[in-house]
Amino acid sequence: MKLKKMMRAFALLTAVTLFMTSCGSDDEASVGTGDCDSVDSVTLQLQWFAQAQFAGYYAAEDGGIYDNYCLDVTIMEGGVDIVPQQQLASGAADFAVSWVPKVLVSNEQGMNLVNVGQVFQRSGTLQVSWADSGINSPADMAGKTVGNWGWGNEFELLAGARQAGLDPATDFNLVQQGFDMLGLLEGEMDAVQAMIYNEYAQVLEAINPATGELYTADDMTVINWNDEGTAMLQDAIWADGDRLASDEAYQDITTRFVAASLEGWAHCRDHSDECVEHVLNNGSALGTSHQTWQMNEINALIWPSPDGVGMIDADQWAQTIDVVTNYGDLEAVPAEDAYTNEYAEAANDILDSKGISTTGSDWTRATVTLNEGGE
Amino acid sequence: MKTAKAIRVILTVAVVIVFLVLLWEGYKWMGQKTDDHWPGTNFGLPIATNDTIMPHFVDVITELNADIRDGRSTMPMYAFLLKKAWFTFQEAAIGFILGLTIGMSLAILMSRWKVSERGLLPWINVSQTIPLIALAPVVVTWGRNQGLSDLISISLISTYLTFFPVAVSGLRGLQSPDSAHVELMHSYAASWRTTLFKLRLPAARPFLFPALKLAGSLSIVGAIVGEISIGRKTGLGRAILEYALRYAIFPERLYASVIGAAFLGLLVFGMINLAERYFMRRTREVAS
Repeated sequence: MKLKKMMRAFALLTAVTLFMTSCGSDDEASVGTGDCDSVDSVTLQLQWFAQAQFAGYYAAEDGGIYDNYCLDVTIMEGGVDIVPQQQLASGAADFAVSWVPKVLVSNEQGMNLVNVGQVFQRSGTLQVSWADSGINSPADMAGKTVGNWGWGNEFELLAGARQAGLDPATDFNLVQQGFDMLGLLEGEMDAVQAMIYNEYAQVLEAINPATGELYTADDMTVINWNDEGTAMLQDAIWADGDRLASDEAYQDITTRFVAASLEGWAHCRDHSDECVEHVLNNGSALGTSHQTWQMNEINALIWPSPDGVGMIDADQWAQTIDVVTNYGDLEAVPAEDAYTNEYAEAANDILDSKGISTTGSDWTRATVTLNEGGE
Repeated sequence: MKTAKAIRVILTVAVVIVFLVLLWEGYKWMGQKTDDHWPGTNFGLPIATNDTIMPHFVDVITELNADIRDGRSTMPMYAFLLKKAWFTFQEAAIGFILGLTIGMSLAILMSRWKVSERGLLPWINVSQTIPLIALAPVVVTWGRNQGLSDLISISLISTYLTFFPVAVSGLRGLQSPDSAHVELMHSYAASWRTTLFKLRLPAARPFLFPALKLAGSLSIVGAIVGEISIGRKTGLGRAILEYALRYAIFPERLYASVIGAAFLGLLVFGMINLAERYFMRRTREVAS
C-alpha cells in the first residue's frame, strides 16, 4: 500500500514537472531543450575519419545534443577522394567541415558555400625539426630540405618563408612529404609539416633509437604559424549559400545545427575524456592516448574564443585571404558573403541562455602523456 | 590419392612461405650487419633493413594477436581483420556478380552482332584507362544523391574493374568454336539461342575461368580502393589506410593488414578455382 502511494505521488510530481517545463518556456527559449514537434534529418560531411578533430560533432550526436535541437544528424567520414565542398555543393551533404582557404578556392571555381561557424580560432599546422638542426625560425630554413604536404597545406609555410626573406624556389629545397612522419624520423628532411594534434604527437609516440625511450618535446623545435602571423583559418562549418538565401527551413536548420554543434564543442571542452570516448566508440584506429592528446590540442585551437565560439575574427579572415591570394591559388579576394556571423551569434545567445560558457576563457590546457604507438 | 595430393599442395605452400620468410629475415640480417650495404662494397641496399621498413616476421605475426579497439569493442587483431575482411568480401562479391553479369551480357551482345562489337569494344577498352581516383568521387556523389548506401557505391567501383576481363575474354570464348561446329549447328537449323547455350557458352568456359580469376582479384582490389577513396568505416581498405598513416610507429600493423588482404584475395581465388573444377569436370565427363 505504502509503495503504491509513493508511486502515485511520484507520478504526480513527474507530471507537474513536465507540465511546468513544457509551458514555462516560450518559443524563443525552447531551442535546444528537446521539445520537438518534428525532427529534421541532416547530413554532415567531415574532412577525414573519426578522430578528436571532430569530437564536438560526435559528442553532439552520441550525447543527444542534436536530439535536443530536433535534429537527426548523420555524420559522414571523409576519405582520400572525398572533397567536403563537392559533397556539400552537390547536395549529397547538408553541411560540411572544411578549411577556409580550401573552400574559398572551391567558391572561386563556382561553388557557393558560406562559413556559418568558425570553430577553430587558430591554425594547427606546425613546421617541426630536430632540436639539433638549428631551425628555430622560418629564416633558419635557408639551405635546408623542407617537407610539405601540398594540396594547399603549404601556403602558411610559403608565406612564412617569404616574410622571413627567403625565396621558396631557390633558398631552400621544398619537397613533398607523406602523411606519416617518416621524412623526419628517417632523417630525409630537416623540417616537416605536422598538425599539432596528429603528426606531431606521432613523433612523441615513437621510440628514439638513441635512448630506447619515447621521443620528447625537447628533442624537437617547432615553428608555429600562429606566432609568425601567416596562419590560416582551418576547420569551419560550411552551409550551401543558395539554400541559405532562399530556403527558410534550411536557415532554421542551420541555426539549430550550428548551435548544437558548438554546444557539442563546449561539452568537449568541459568533459574531454567523455568526448575521447565518443570518438573511440565511433571507430578510430588511433589509440586512446593519441586521441586524448588530440582532444586537448583541438580544445587549444578553439578555446579561448574571445568573441564567442564559432565567431569569425575579421582580422584572421583577412589574413587568411591575404596568404591564400599571395601564396596560394586564390585569384581574387572573395566577396564579403563568404562568411556570416549571424548563425554563430544566435548560437552564442542560445548557449548563454543555457548557462554554457561561450568563450571558454577559463579553459586551461591539460598535460597529456602519450604512450608508445598512441595506445 | 586425393589426400596425398592435398598434403603435397600444403607442403609446397609451406615450403614457399618458409623460403620467403628466410629470404626476408636473411636480407634484413645482412643489412643490419653491413649498415645497409652489399657485403664488401659501398653500394647501398635498395631497401633499408631497419625495424620500421622491414619489421621482423615474428613481430608481424605477434601483432596479429594484439588487442585492437574497434568502436565499442576490443578484440585481437586477427579477429578485427577477419571482421573487416568480411565487409570487404561483401562489397567485392556484389561487385563481382554485377561485373560478371554486365561483362557476359556485353560479350553475348558483341558476339551476336558484329556491329555491336565494333561499336562497343573500343569503349570497353577506353573505360579501363579512366583512373579510379577520378571515378570514385563521381560514383559516391551520384550514389549519395540517389540515396544509395556507400556499400553500393564501393561495389560499383569494384564492378567497374571486374566487368572488363569478363567482357573481353567472354567475347573471345564465345567466338572460339570452330566454324565446322557452328556450321553443324546451322545444318540442324538450331536457333541463335540454342547455339549459344549448347555450343558457344560451353566453349567459352576455358577462356572465361582465367578471366574470372583475374576478375575475382580485381573485385577485391576495387573494393579496397573504393573504401579508401570513399572513407567507409568498415572494411580492410580503411584499416590499411589508417595503418599506412601510422606506418612510422606501427609498421607491423600495416604488414598484418596487408596479409589480411592477401588472404582474402587467396580465398576468392580458391573459390573461383573450385567453381572452375566443378564446371570443367562435367565437360570432361561428357567428352570421355
